[in-house]
Amino acid sequence: MAEEKKPDPTVPPSAPPKPAAAAPPKPAAQPWDDELARRVRERFRSAIKDSLTYLGQNYFVVDAASITSICGYLKHEEEFNYLVDVTAVDYPKREKRFELVYILYSFPRNTRVRVKASIAENEPIDSVTPVWQTANWLEREVYDMFGIRFAGHPDLKRILLPDGWQGHPLRKDYSILKQDEQWVQENLHIESGQ
Amino acid sequence: MADDLKHTTGEATFLDANEIVLNMGPQHPATHGVLRVILKLDGEKIIGTECVIGYLHRGVEKIGENRTYVQFNPYVDRLDYVASVSNGLGYCEAVEKLLSVTAPPRAQTVRVILTELNRIASHLIWLGTHALDIGAMTPLFYTFNQREDILKIYENYCGARLTTHAFRIGGLQYDLYQGFEQQVKKFCDEMPAKVDEYEQLLTTNRIWVARTQGVGVLTAEDAIEFGVTGPMLRAAGVKWDIRKAIPYENYADFEFDIPTGKNGDTYDRYLVRMEEMRQARRIIQQAVDRIPDGPIMAKVPKVVKPPAGEVYHSIEAPKGELGYFIVSDGGLQPYRLRIRPPSFVNLQALDRMVRGSLVADVVAVIGTIDIVLGEVDR
Amino acid sequence: MPPITLAALKPYIMMVLIVGIGPLGVGYLVLLERKLMADMQARLGPMRVGPQGLLQPIADAVKLLLKEDVIPGMVDKWVFWLAPCVTVTTALAAFAVVPFSSDFVITDVNIGVLAILALSSVGVLGIILGGWAANSHYPLLGSLRATAQMVSYEVVMGFAVVAVLLMAGSLSMVEIVKAQAESHRWFLFGAFPFGLIAFFMYYVAAMAETNRSPFDLPEAESELVAGFMTEYSGFRWALYFLAEYCNIIVVCSLAVTLFLGGWLRPFPSVTWLGWLDYAAPVGSFLLAGGLSLYLVKRQPRAFDQIVLAAVGLALLAVAGLFAWPAFNALFRGVFWFMAKIMVLVYSFMWVRFTFPRYRYDQLMRLGWRVMIPLGIVNVIAIGIVLVLKG
Repeated sequence: MAEEKKPDPTVPPSAPPKPAAAAPPKPAAQPWDDELARRVRERFRSAIKDSLTYLGQNYFVVDAASITSICGYLKHEEEFNYLVDVTAVDYPKREKRFELVYILYSFPRNTRVRVKASIAENEPIDSVTPVWQTANWLEREVYDMFGIRFAGHPDLKRILLPDGWQGHPLRKDYSILKQDEQWVQENLHIESGQ
Repeated sequence: MADDLKHTTGEATFLDANEIVLNMGPQHPATHGVLRVILKLDGEKIIGTECVIGYLHRGVEKIGENRTYVQFNPYVDRLDYVASVSNGLGYCEAVEKLLSVTAPPRAQTVRVILTELNRIASHLIWLGTHALDIGAMTPLFYTFNQREDILKIYENYCGARLTTHAFRIGGLQYDLYQGFEQQVKKFCDEMPAKVDEYEQLLTTNRIWVARTQGVGVLTAEDAIEFGVTGPMLRAAGVKWDIRKAIPYENYADFEFDIPTGKNGDTYDRYLVRMEEMRQARRIIQQAVDRIPDGPIMAKVPKVVKPPAGEVYHSIEAPKGELGYFIVSDGGLQPYRLRIRPPSFVNLQALDRMVRGSLVADVVAVIGTIDIVLGEVDR
Repeated sequence: MPPITLAALKPYIMMVLIVGIGPLGVGYLVLLERKLMADMQARLGPMRVGPQGLLQPIADAVKLLLKEDVIPGMVDKWVFWLAPCVTVTTALAAFAVVPFSSDFVITDVNIGVLAILALSSVGVLGIILGGWAANSHYPLLGSLRATAQMVSYEVVMGFAVVAVLLMAGSLSMVEIVKAQAESHRWFLFGAFPFGLIAFFMYYVAAMAETNRSPFDLPEAESELVAGFMTEYSGFRWALYFLAEYCNIIVVCSLAVTLFLGGWLRPFPSVTWLGWLDYAAPVGSFLLAGGLSLYLVKRQPRAFDQIVLAAVGLALLAVAGLFAWPAFNALFRGVFWFMAKIMVLVYSFMWVRFTFPRYRYDQLMRLGWRVMIPLGIVNVIAIGIVLVLKG
């Protein structure tokens, strides 16, 4: 895309912004409305459901279907070249139970932004590995722990748990005492790992 | 990558193939724990790698959801167990941010001192084991000897050496012991001579240079693409350190430089880490001279119950960006606690760094990534 | 049939002594290495078994002998069994031509140097076989590395040896030492400075031949676990270990014979230094004995005190023996020979504790691009010098 806009990584980041958290704590997230938020909202319109800020940390709530294009835009046009983390949160009672969280950082701007997208169980979401290579293992971990499928991921398989493991431990309905007893008995030759 | 490997990981033996598949680990002297790397080799040349991790997986994030905020604090020491103080700092700060409290100045300064000591300790372990991997066995003992001085300071301060649980949410539990300043100053005074000694053994050693220069090159673009942080990113020439970029605690009050490399190879990473130790000493020396008086604990409710919301907070751990993403539902326990481990993300770049080089380079590169499996596997 | 005299029996007695005491000597060489390593690494080393850890080699040997003899399921059993035997046999056989002094040499064949080189080449076979028979990846890589490395560095060693042969004009080990006595100088300083270059080349090649750090690639523990020895344990592993340290002594004794004047004392033709023949052995044994007796008090256990006192007294007795002219005349050659070997072995160990390990391709590059051309040039240069000198 915009090759000439690619930031020079050797440039030190500009002076750190004063964290806005100095403001008195507020109970809930506030709307986030600055130039960046407006630009992104204008560009993607209905795909951006909300842009909020809490404790000085900004995030977009976006439509899961357009996650790759939004991330691609943020990386190439807005210089968010570093994908810090991909993770998920499980809200079993919500209609769309999983909330994926992408934490991005921009070296030239020295700011972080989060992108959140909700998906339902068994609903795949596009992988962001074409945008950032980092996402490879991070998405594999999310798959391992939550069972979220990433469409277009080059090598989607378990990463921390053994290959044949049943269940996804970080789902809320997976009790901390629960385990894949069949796997434990077959592979470790003990009754239970607990 | 994995597709190439699939057909060779099967039943075929090496005797009827030109390529051999070598299982490095999980029991191997140079994989720093229980990392397993499947190497696909042509002779000794590497044509593909695959990391198999998770042997040390303990489900720390799940445990976090089932413990109160205060109860979970000691668990983070077990992530990167050679840098437990840094882990604790990151966690306490993240929860403090969620609670909208800040630790009092005295606590902040003490935290900085202990964390920077921890950085030196972690780098010392890295140096010793890295040199051992490359075949120089003697530095290991020197570095462990020096690390012992740091552990003694920890032991005097909080009674533990490795899993220290040094900080509490909102500040510190223990005030400084008598003689803390002297002990830290003595360590700082003795340190340069010792670091110079290690450098004398290695920096200009022809074999060391031959083994590290141009090995495991990771360019700045690649490093950012792979999300690599810490000394590895700086060795590629990116002058980025969270302590400067997004300062936490009172790091903004201290003067220190961010060492950077040029080539992003193993040798540059070595130089960057050596210089980081010296810079950490600089911070400690400034901090220990002006530890303010005052309380060591902010006003934190007896029962830590942050308001509903979420926060991401990260610090510059010895290995890179260590982040905590905490979602609170207003209850006693975190609703979701995500740890962004630097080792895990950095390890992902291994394949890029070793492809096309030799088996001996894999060992050098694993050493230079400076992984701790407790953190990779969580 | 020749009459059975002490002189006729001497080679056989020496054989028995070498095969019998050799392994014990190797055990103590290992102890020495561990102690030196500990000293350089700011620690104590073995201290538990016996006084100052002096009985550690015996404990190690007993442990290795009593270990369960594990033969992994997939190995080629016969070759697996044969490989360490080949290595240890050739290593011990090489002692047959080593002249410990003019009187103590099992056999002085006129191709002694060639015999040692040939035996060390066959010894490599044991390593290759061991790595191959284990039917496992790490040993295979290790033995491949060993093969490439030893083949390359044997050439280097050959050129270094040829340099000496040019000066000595003989292949017999005894004759080479005698030639050094006649020319009034060690071949280290022969055809100055080309003898020095030859010695340096020999030294490096010897380290590579014996798989010592920084050339210990075949058994690089951080890369190949234990290289060709990975699948071996217990007694078989001990045989490899024995062979390795025997080889170190053999290459060092070859170095001493070729370059450092064998059993001759330093400055062999300076007659007024003759007192060294008495002072050096008596002095060193007195020192060692005195140190042992001094340390007796520090031993916590009565058993250790007794052992250390006995060792100390024995050392003092040896010192006394060396003061006795007849004994001295017979054994001073052996003393000087061993002392020179020890100096070389010490330097080997020192190098090992100091340097990192070369990478495989770097090792090969060093061998073929630097050492071998240097060797060729050096041999030609020595030839020219010798011709010019007449």
